[in-house]
Amino acid sequence: MGGKKVGAPENLIIGNKRLDDRTPEDFRPMEMSVGILKHAIGSATFNFGNTRALAGVFGPRAFHPKFLQDPQKAVLRLKYAMAPFSTLDRSRPGHSRRSMEISKVATDALASVVFVEDYPRTGIDVFVEILQADASTRCAGINAASLALADAGVPMRNLITSCSVGKIDGILVLDIGGLEDNFGEVDMAVSMIADQDKFVHLQMDGIVTKEEWGQLLTMAREGCGEIYKKMAAALRERYATTMEGV
Amino acid sequence: MEQTELVKKEKELVVPGDVIARGLEYLPGAGCYRYENEVRSKLLGLVRLKDRFLSVVPLAGVYIPKAGDGIIAVVEDLQSTFWILDINSPYDAILQLGEAVGEFVDITKTDISVYYDIGDVIYTKILNVSRSKSVQLTMNDYRAKKLVGGRIMKITPSKVPRLIGKEGSMIELIKNKTGCLIVVGQNGVVWLKGECEGFAAKAILMIEAEAHTEGLTDRVTAMLEKGVE
Repeated sequence: MGGKKVGAPENLIIGNKRLDDRTPEDFRPMEMSVGILKHAIGSATFNFGNTRALAGVFGPRAFHPKFLQDPQKAVLRLKYAMAPFSTLDRSRPGHSRRSMEISKVATDALASVVFVEDYPRTGIDVFVEILQADASTRCAGINAASLALADAGVPMRNLITSCSVGKIDGILVLDIGGLEDNFGEVDMAVSMIADQDKFVHLQMDGIVTKEEWGQLLTMAREGCGEIYKKMAAALRERYATTMEGV
Repeated sequence: MEQTELVKKEKELVVPGDVIARGLEYLPGAGCYRYENEVRSKLLGLVRLKDRFLSVVPLAGVYIPKAGDGIIAVVEDLQSTFWILDINSPYDAILQLGEAVGEFVDITKTDISVYYDIGDVIYTKILNVSRSKSVQLTMNDYRAKKLVGGRIMKITPSKVPRLIGKEGSMIELIKNKTGCLIVVGQNGVVWLKGECEGFAAKAILMIEAEAHTEGLTDRVTAMLEKGVE
């Protein structure tokens, strides 16, 4: 219905190859590192290809404003923001409806696993900054935040892993990249509790059939499983002992 | 029939959510929780097993006050009958006049800053922590005193046992080799005083960075001996 959007490529997927040569089930190259900020109690970066997110955790610490304190548990606050240089056209710094929405869903996703009852009256502040945006920024941000919380010694039931799935040119794909996000038919961001079949965050743009819906969820589950292995390895790597030269 | 199985070894590094043991024989201690019939880790840290209790010692994290702990605190504010102190924690602590001074004090005539003023550093004991984490301190302990001069530094609280060492061996090593006075608080605050404060601080930071490794005592000894020359 309607014609193609202005600037849309002729095809987003030809045969089994997407624009960046990936197959429908491939992730973009993932990179992550933990404990990279000096002043944050915990920190991490997470990249999906050209999408780069940085997260810093401050807390548990005294929470202000005082009237929002909870005498029985910690209040987790995640603030998602895009750096002005993260997009091709400068994105205005500060709040936007989109950043407030993403902040809220990401906070809810992570708060579902943090043992907030262990720290009454405190606040745990997580700052997620998108340094470079090429679609799936909220997923990269949630992954970075999850690693940063673990790095900060904040007790959690498990890690949260996040990835995107969608439909481009009628084919279901994993890890939506830049142009696929702009010109694809469906874009869905999903976050799960690592090794349990539990979704803590799900947002979708587009229309799918019931069968496609089931397939997308399966693809998301497998994708999150793959991310979890890499995240656990990155956390262990942080404290890997190298005994050479000792 | 449920089988009991210890999945992780003592001192193994675990991440949040890692299964440490299966079965009901092992009990979750600090840093662990029970999920169905499994004991899982809450933290990024090292596994400890004592009798049937599994715990995870975190490699990072803030200080959570515990009654009985000896800590180093800094006076932030004072009212007519109590002081408010920073204990390197998300929670502030209160020291009541009655817990700090043995003699009778007439508060209409005395400003309690004559005892401890804003900015003073004290070694004190945690008397009591309420459920909502209101902390009461006391100076009613043989170790409690004001720490005058010197400097303070902070390390991750969970690494304090490593800094102190078995029966104080590690901290005594640093004290002897550097000739500094050193007091270590359970809250991760360390007070140093002496001519080689900077050098002692370097040794302490080294221990903090490598607390999770083996052979640390030898490496610290070597570093101190090399530096003192």
